[in-house]
Amino acid sequence: MFTLQKKDTIDQSSLYTVPLIAIGCSLIFVFILFLLIGKNPFLAIFIIFIEPLLSVFGLSELIVKATPLIIIALGLSIGFRAGVWNIGAEGQFTIGALFGGAAILAFYPTSGIWILPLSFFIAIGGGILWGMIPAFFKARFNTNEILVSLMLTYVAILFLSGMVYGPLKNPEGFNFPESRLFHDSGTLPIIFPGTRAHIGFLIALFLAGLMHYLLKRHKFGFHVKVSGESTRALVFSGRTANYMVYLSFIISGAFAGLAGVIEVSGPVGQLVPAIPVGYGFTAIIVAFLGRLNPFGIFFAGLLLALTYIGGEAAQIRLGLPNAITGVFQGVLLFSLLAAEAFTKYEVSLKKMR
Amino acid sequence: MQNILEIDGVSKSFSHIQANNDISLYLRQGQIHALLGENGAGKSTLVKIIYGIVKPDHGSMILNGKRYEPDTPEAARNEGIGMVFQHFSLFESLSVLDNIMLGQKGNLKKDSILERLDYLQNEYDLHIDVNKTVAILSAGEKQKVEIIRCLLQDPKIMILDEPTSVLNPSEVEKLFNFLRKLSEQGMAVLYISHKLHEIKELCDTSTILRNGKVVKSCDTAGITINELAQLMVGKAIDNKIKLSEPKQGHVLDIKNISYTNPDIYGTSLKEIKFSVNFGEIFGIGGISGNGQTELMKVLSGEVGLTDGNQILYQNEDISSLDINERRRREIVFIPEDRLGHSAVSSLSLTENLLLTNLWDHNFFSNGVIDTNYADDKTCEVIKKFNVQCNDAGSLASSLSGGNLQKFVVGREIIKMPKLVVCEQPTWGVDVGSASLIHNFLIEISNSGSTILVISQDMDELRSICHRIAIISNGVMSKPYDVNMITPEDIAIEMAK
Amino acid sequence: MDLFIAIFQGIIVASTPLVLAAVGELVVEKSGVLNLGVEGMMIIGAVTSFIVTYETGSHFLGLIAAVISAGLIASLFGLLTQYLLSNQVATGLALTLFGLGLASLIGQTYSGISLNAFPVFDVYLLTEIPIIGSLLFNFDYLIYLSIIIVVSVYYFLNKTKLGLVLTAIGDSHDSAHSLGYSVKMVRSLAIIFGGSCAGLGGAYLSLVQTPMWVENMTAGRGWIALAIVVFAVWRPLWVLVGAYIFGGITIIQLHVQAVGVNIGAQYMSMMPYLVTIIVLVFISMNKNRLAVNAPNCLNKLFTSDL
Repeated sequence: MFTLQKKDTIDQSSLYTVPLIAIGCSLIFVFILFLLIGKNPFLAIFIIFIEPLLSVFGLSELIVKATPLIIIALGLSIGFRAGVWNIGAEGQFTIGALFGGAAILAFYPTSGIWILPLSFFIAIGGGILWGMIPAFFKARFNTNEILVSLMLTYVAILFLSGMVYGPLKNPEGFNFPESRLFHDSGTLPIIFPGTRAHIGFLIALFLAGLMHYLLKRHKFGFHVKVSGESTRALVFSGRTANYMVYLSFIISGAFAGLAGVIEVSGPVGQLVPAIPVGYGFTAIIVAFLGRLNPFGIFFAGLLLALTYIGGEAAQIRLGLPNAITGVFQGVLLFSLLAAEAFTKYEVSLKKMR
Repeated sequence: MQNILEIDGVSKSFSHIQANNDISLYLRQGQIHALLGENGAGKSTLVKIIYGIVKPDHGSMILNGKRYEPDTPEAARNEGIGMVFQHFSLFESLSVLDNIMLGQKGNLKKDSILERLDYLQNEYDLHIDVNKTVAILSAGEKQKVEIIRCLLQDPKIMILDEPTSVLNPSEVEKLFNFLRKLSEQGMAVLYISHKLHEIKELCDTSTILRNGKVVKSCDTAGITINELAQLMVGKAIDNKIKLSEPKQGHVLDIKNISYTNPDIYGTSLKEIKFSVNFGEIFGIGGISGNGQTELMKVLSGEVGLTDGNQILYQNEDISSLDINERRRREIVFIPEDRLGHSAVSSLSLTENLLLTNLWDHNFFSNGVIDTNYADDKTCEVIKKFNVQCNDAGSLASSLSGGNLQKFVVGREIIKMPKLVVCEQPTWGVDVGSASLIHNFLIEISNSGSTILVISQDMDELRSICHRIAIISNGVMSKPYDVNMITPEDIAIEMAK
Repeated sequence: MDLFIAIFQGIIVASTPLVLAAVGELVVEKSGVLNLGVEGMMIIGAVTSFIVTYETGSHFLGLIAAVISAGLIASLFGLLTQYLLSNQVATGLALTLFGLGLASLIGQTYSGISLNAFPVFDVYLLTEIPIIGSLLFNFDYLIYLSIIIVVSVYYFLNKTKLGLVLTAIGDSHDSAHSLGYSVKMVRSLAIIFGGSCAGLGGAYLSLVQTPMWVENMTAGRGWIALAIVVFAVWRPLWVLVGAYIFGGITIIQLHVQAVGVNIGAQYMSMMPYLVTIIVLVFISMNKNRLAVNAPNCLNKLFTSDL
């Protein structure tokens, strides 16, 4: 058997090596998987991981998919550093989409540049509200935030569906369960004409930079850092343990809510029951793959967006099932967690006695 | 009597530290043998070698005339070595009986265990209700459970690691009688301690370790406590700075602190009242786990009090203020645990300095940390308090315990606070650093600061305090003048 | 009366996957490990048992496949958390995400096919007893098996030495280690047992309850099983109570919908999730009871250096 011994110092280079090792392992895994299901692994990997990067369309779609992943993961990373586990970002994302979308619909067909900012504001509020429920119970009664936030995801998705089937249904939509298409004042501007790439991506980039600065230089970042190491030290520095619980959920709820409204006012353009497609869960992987570091998250978000687009391409081109994306993401997270052991601990072989 | 255990030239080093260097020790049947030494002298490494937790690099051991090389604690137990750890290896939420059962090999019948328990309890006066949950037992009772579990394995050698640190004086007396009875019946006992008067009272022979080496092995009868102390510490302890007399008038008035611990197994504080004078060093003694941590948290504001008017500081009611509001009033706090409470090991010294200065606007502008200012302040602490480290960017984990504690204490007293509240300021620290820290405290007290020291080390309190009170079960005794308090007073107050 | 019997039977059938998954997770948590991958293990059990049953025609082989496959991916969790010391929460999530993806992948070509009904436990005379017969003796044998597993787990934890060791490891892994018990080994076995139970729960969904394979058919049941363990305050027999309550809510909610109460279907479907939240909050309000029963080492890292 082997034993692990904690290293005194953590290699700074592990910030890059661990994710790269994990990506390598996952590629080997899917390579074997393709062999097993009788597809040419080289072709499949090319189609999934390389081809989308070779066209303007592919790149613009990459940006579209990466935007919500990056924004949600940035929010989640705060809580994960502090040991507060918000697993319900999908729900907060859904509520953000619903609240923001409803606000846009409420002003239909009024035009004005204030409509989008207002709807962003309402969506962020909705995300925070949804996040505050598990935070409140956690802070007040120490109720398990993982389970509560997750249950609220199911509630949120059903709530969205109920709304789209009911009050928000398009009155001229032949009874289809979808809202009307947002008018121009409710749609995000496009950065590259002819594609779906919208300014939401710039917002994500800005937020990553802001988060980096706050974590490095601001009191806020200091609290986040301390809380990740020891709650007692956090309390000693003058913050209550509940402060971090609320802060984590407020930030992750706000970010997820924002991602939700960006998604509906950007690529989707209306409210439909299928808005939640699992970004909230994938963002968990993004946060870990990015090592909870803002710029790491930025690149991890792009990579996982690539698996979505590549997965779709492989479905069309090779008849590969779409689920391959989910498998790759799961394996990636597994490899990442395993690879981490080798940075924190010295692994040595020990003879069995 | 013949040697039952012979340790011959054992050495062990960990990366750069030579923990044990050519140690030899002979243990005879029916003998109580003391293993004496400072923190870090190598006692615990040696014990771990005997108990099969650590393998020596060199040297050999002979048990009962046979070569003895235990691979695991289990192997050591099978060879007849019993161990009572300082930190109990008990299961808090299980019953005493379950704990005892878990210590036995194989699937023993409950009845046969109960029968043997009955015998042990009568023979050695180890009475305890086996149906109680361990969590509600006192430290002394928990130790009994450990001892019973050990005895049930019929050991030939029993090792006890600092067994009296959790006991009150009357419990210590009982333990000693028990150990004497065991040795009369032929058991060999290895007794690890740094408390000299205990060793003098109990042990037949002693081996004294310093820096990983044996400095002397001798009969305890032929050596004085002072000689033992010299051997253990190696050099004469620095002279203390003289303590000046406190002034009149109260800095701190504790009116009536009652605090119910939300943890059902924790200690609650009951109607604590005392006052501390200007420039006074006031000590609170007692065995740990009797409410010291709770009192510290209530005084610092880490735990809020619901009723007001309980803590008066310079005639201001600070009961409902949080820790940073209290710091703003020039009160500083030094809690016991420097790993994860008063300091964070994975943060740099500068960041650790910030930990207690988040209220101070000198360190921030609009919430943004002024790193230059913080670095300068950190270097000041490092220099002034002689902290051995690379620079302000060093991680706290790279410092030795003594140096980190000097930093933690220095970080607070460099502010020349009006009131210092500290808990176990020299816990787990080498003698040199401990006496430096004591001198720091006396110095600022002489220049007008008031100090409240909570410590279970009565010798420490006696050497630096004006007055001492004892806390037991969350109740505090009346304060005694340091020159008036007798060992009998302490024993009585601790047993309350 | 017939409606009552139908509702009763419906509740039992709806609850059994929860019973199985929750009692397995209870053993895992008692040993001090939090495995959030129940959902992933369940879905793997569901898909493999379906495929094997469909291909071989044997329900029994399907169940065996569920036990083995879910046990296998649980052992992956065990390897990562026990031997590579990874974070339990993150690893559990990874297990769920991985399980859901893998199940969709291998189950894709089996979507929408239905299976023969699962054999009913049929003892001639017993089933014929009016009312009681249909209330107690008209089920598939997995339901009886689930109750037997719960009772056995109760017996194991409370009456056997190994059960005591497992509880002790969950209480203090350091103490257990210093007494010479193999913490990692016991925990790994518990994790595999938990996985197998979750796999059986999943198999129940795809072989008995529906019986067909539908993508993401667990629909959060794995998470509800985790909540049931908390509801039961880590006491095995209470798992039955908890599971039947949650199953009951699901079934009654369906019947209310069927009767045509004029609330949107979506709002009724929220009920089980909302009730789970409310129950979790109520349970966590009683701190003392939790302190006495919850495993102290739950979700704490164990490194064996002393």
